[in-house]
Amino acid sequence: MSDTAMSAPADLAPARAPLDQDWRKVVNYGLVLGLALVFISLTGMPDGLNSRVIVEPWLSMGYLSLMWLPFAIGFAVTHEQVLEGMVQHKRGARELFAGAVVGLIGGLCLSLLVYLLDTRDLSDPLVNWNQPLLDFLTRDGSVGEGVLLWVGVSTALGLFGGLMRIVPALGSRLVRAVILTVVGAAAMEALIDDLSEGVWKLEGVVEWLYHPREGLEPAGAIALAIAAAFVVLWLGRQLKKGGAVYNLAREAQPLAVNAVSVVAVAAAAILLPIFLGRLTNDLLVNVGLFVLLALGLNIVVGLAGILDLGYVAFYAVGGYSVAILTSPTSPGISPTLPFWLAIFIVVGMATLAGLFIGAPVIRMRGDYLAIVTLGFGEIIRLTVRSDWASGLTGGAQGMLSIPGPDLNIGGWTLPLVGWTMPKLEVDLMGTNPQHILYVVMFFVAIAIYVSWRLENSRIGRAWMAVREDESVAEAMGINTVTAKLQAFVVGAILASFAGAVFAAKVGSIFESSFKILVSIVILVIVIVGGMGRIAGVVAGAFVLVGILGGPNQPGLMAEFSEYKLLIYGALLVWMMLKRPEGLIPNVRRSRELHQEEFLQDAWLRGEVDRDEAGSEATTDEGWAPA
Amino acid sequence: MTDQNGAQPLLEMRGINTHYGAVHILKDVDLAIYPGELVCLLGGNASGKSTTLKTLLGMVEPSSGEVVLDGEVVNGKPTSYLVERGVTMVPENRRLFKRLSVLENLELGAYLRNDRDGIDEDLERVYDMFPRVKERLNQKSGTLSGGEQQMVAMGRALMARPRVLLMDEPSMGLAPALVQTNFELIQQIHQEGVAIFMVEQNANMALSIADRGWVLQTGRVVLDDTADKLLANPDLRASYLGEG
Repeated sequence: MSDTAMSAPADLAPARAPLDQDWRKVVNYGLVLGLALVFISLTGMPDGLNSRVIVEPWLSMGYLSLMWLPFAIGFAVTHEQVLEGMVQHKRGARELFAGAVVGLIGGLCLSLLVYLLDTRDLSDPLVNWNQPLLDFLTRDGSVGEGVLLWVGVSTALGLFGGLMRIVPALGSRLVRAVILTVVGAAAMEALIDDLSEGVWKLEGVVEWLYHPREGLEPAGAIALAIAAAFVVLWLGRQLKKGGAVYNLAREAQPLAVNAVSVVAVAAAAILLPIFLGRLTNDLLVNVGLFVLLALGLNIVVGLAGILDLGYVAFYAVGGYSVAILTSPTSPGISPTLPFWLAIFIVVGMATLAGLFIGAPVIRMRGDYLAIVTLGFGEIIRLTVRSDWASGLTGGAQGMLSIPGPDLNIGGWTLPLVGWTMPKLEVDLMGTNPQHILYVVMFFVAIAIYVSWRLENSRIGRAWMAVREDESVAEAMGINTVTAKLQAFVVGAILASFAGAVFAAKVGSIFESSFKILVSIVILVIVIVGGMGRIAGVVAGAFVLVGILGGPNQPGLMAEFSEYKLLIYGALLVWMMLKRPEGLIPNVRRSRELHQEEFLQDAWLRGEVDRDEAGSEATTDEGWAPA
Repeated sequence: MTDQNGAQPLLEMRGINTHYGAVHILKDVDLAIYPGELVCLLGGNASGKSTTLKTLLGMVEPSSGEVVLDGEVVNGKPTSYLVERGVTMVPENRRLFKRLSVLENLELGAYLRNDRDGIDEDLERVYDMFPRVKERLNQKSGTLSGGEQQMVAMGRALMARPRVLLMDEPSMGLAPALVQTNFELIQQIHQEGVAIFMVEQNANMALSIADRGWVLQTGRVVLDDTADKLLANPDLRASYLGEG
């Protein structure tokens, strides 16, 4: 939106000569690109991902893991600070040149690596310094071919990145859509395959799109690109119109529209698992479990500001409680309760665990609190494994034959009225992901509702006050200890639900499922998604667990599993630098920003009265850095 | 301490001693705040001013002595007990909840109240008093200017419908012009019948609007007099105002 708006003054500004560059910046970016290319090559990721083909036989995920970099950095280097909507110069050859030079420097760095790989042997400290990497980088050709290839490709991609600054907004949207569609379609091949085997008989189309082994056929890729372009050009506009209609309706009749949306989402949630294949359902179950965990941690970290690094403890409490209560072979007590009865006891256990861990921890602040929670997270796991508790928990052997969450209620008669409740029996198999998905969605719905209600309640406000300034919150009359304990317990209960479903799903339970990494991954989901935001947390779980995979669960990109933590870390650093508010930021904040954008655009287009918009834009909040 | 017109003090400290661990902060402090008066506690750095406030509000437990509210000993009661009964603090440096909106800050001031109508009424009163605050209701309070933040901090305290307002260094961190406005605001609130207990380093300014004052030195009350006499007191002028 802002790009088109800026074009008006940009036409007035003079162009700059290609050689009139900020050379220091260009060289810096080029060296960073080169370093990144060499580093990623030496992690072994490109070679490892080479088996995952995107377009047969040209492009694999391995090459893509290097090729996106010159493009991205070529785009980044041509970024200009636009002050107060005034473009300093007309974009043109200068941008292309800068992008190309950055790409060239990066390509030269990688070429140097190719040359060194051939002539020196550094495989002693660098484990990936080997022949396969050289073969990968040269595409099984000679060193000269490799050098030519990377200098050429990198320069071209850098130039392409710079080009994105020049083309109108629609053009760059088209390119983005085409790239995302083709790469996405290739990445989700298994998923699409799985879908096509369901109710819709789309096998023919899918077979035509994809190569028999793996990856898209070239023709399929072109077809998808054309489809993506069509979607951007036509459907995008339709969707925008639809969105506007929806917003208008929502303003006029908020209750009715909200009710319709809720019913629509609920209907989709109920129908969806039927149409999805086994693999997709299983994937969604994993995502759902982490949504549940992240929503719980979001209350503790996002709302109450308690940095809990041992959150996995409550996940374990939920899992082990269900295992002990429902499994016929649990070593100590074995009441073999049905799942839905056990859930009530699980809530009690989680509350106790929350109070037990929370009480000593809650009086600490900041770093100390984080370190102590980290300790408690491990203590719970080690206790479960210890000889002392193995009589109850099975120790390192774990527990087996945990039944599924069968629903078995009804058949009771009310004594006075004489009305017998109809018997309801639903066999929900733990091994059937479709069944479990319903169970997960039930708990996620509860978690979303609870989070939403709490956020806007008195207690939610008390949590936020404690997060912002504990001693002032106390001076306002908020009992900070109680407030923090409440947050801890609510978070514990939500995590225990996830643990309970996990146990019923897997059918067995081992302490190794509850390592510290799980806590970290949940925290990363909350941070990447947007701390304190329900939609953000859900989005974070989909992106991280759905695509990259959870700590023990494979995601869509199963090939990534080895480099998952590397990507997690890179993503976390990038988010902290560029988008600290998370994927889906604070609603209110973004509304403020959009209003600003709107006013500025309107002002530039001269669509609204100049005085009105002008005075609005010059209030001091208008100039807050975006 | 003189019993003014035979009235009962609203809030009182009787022989208070407060320790932080082994460090003796307050030593036999006696204070009394009567309904509707404006009093100030003067003292330099580390004289125990903030600890006095915290002890009054129950955030720090005194090791001996009594804090008395309306004739009732309230030692060991939680802070919320005092806040509910009309004792409210405006913390040092304003200390707003920076990432929350102005409205949320004001609502948190009324955290312990459940009378929605009364809260709305008081919100209106705050808007009347500070029209600027109303313009900024949905803005994050951290983005306000220093003067506006001071208004929100005062408004937040007023939302508790206080009978006595404890103010920790209201002039700290403000530009001189703002200090003046700020003291005018304090007087305005005082004229509405709220007793004000102000802790200050800016003795001249504080004494110019106060009825009475105390001077605290290393945890001990060394002077206790009316504001006029304190201003004229050569000891105070010499040691505290840096004159003589």
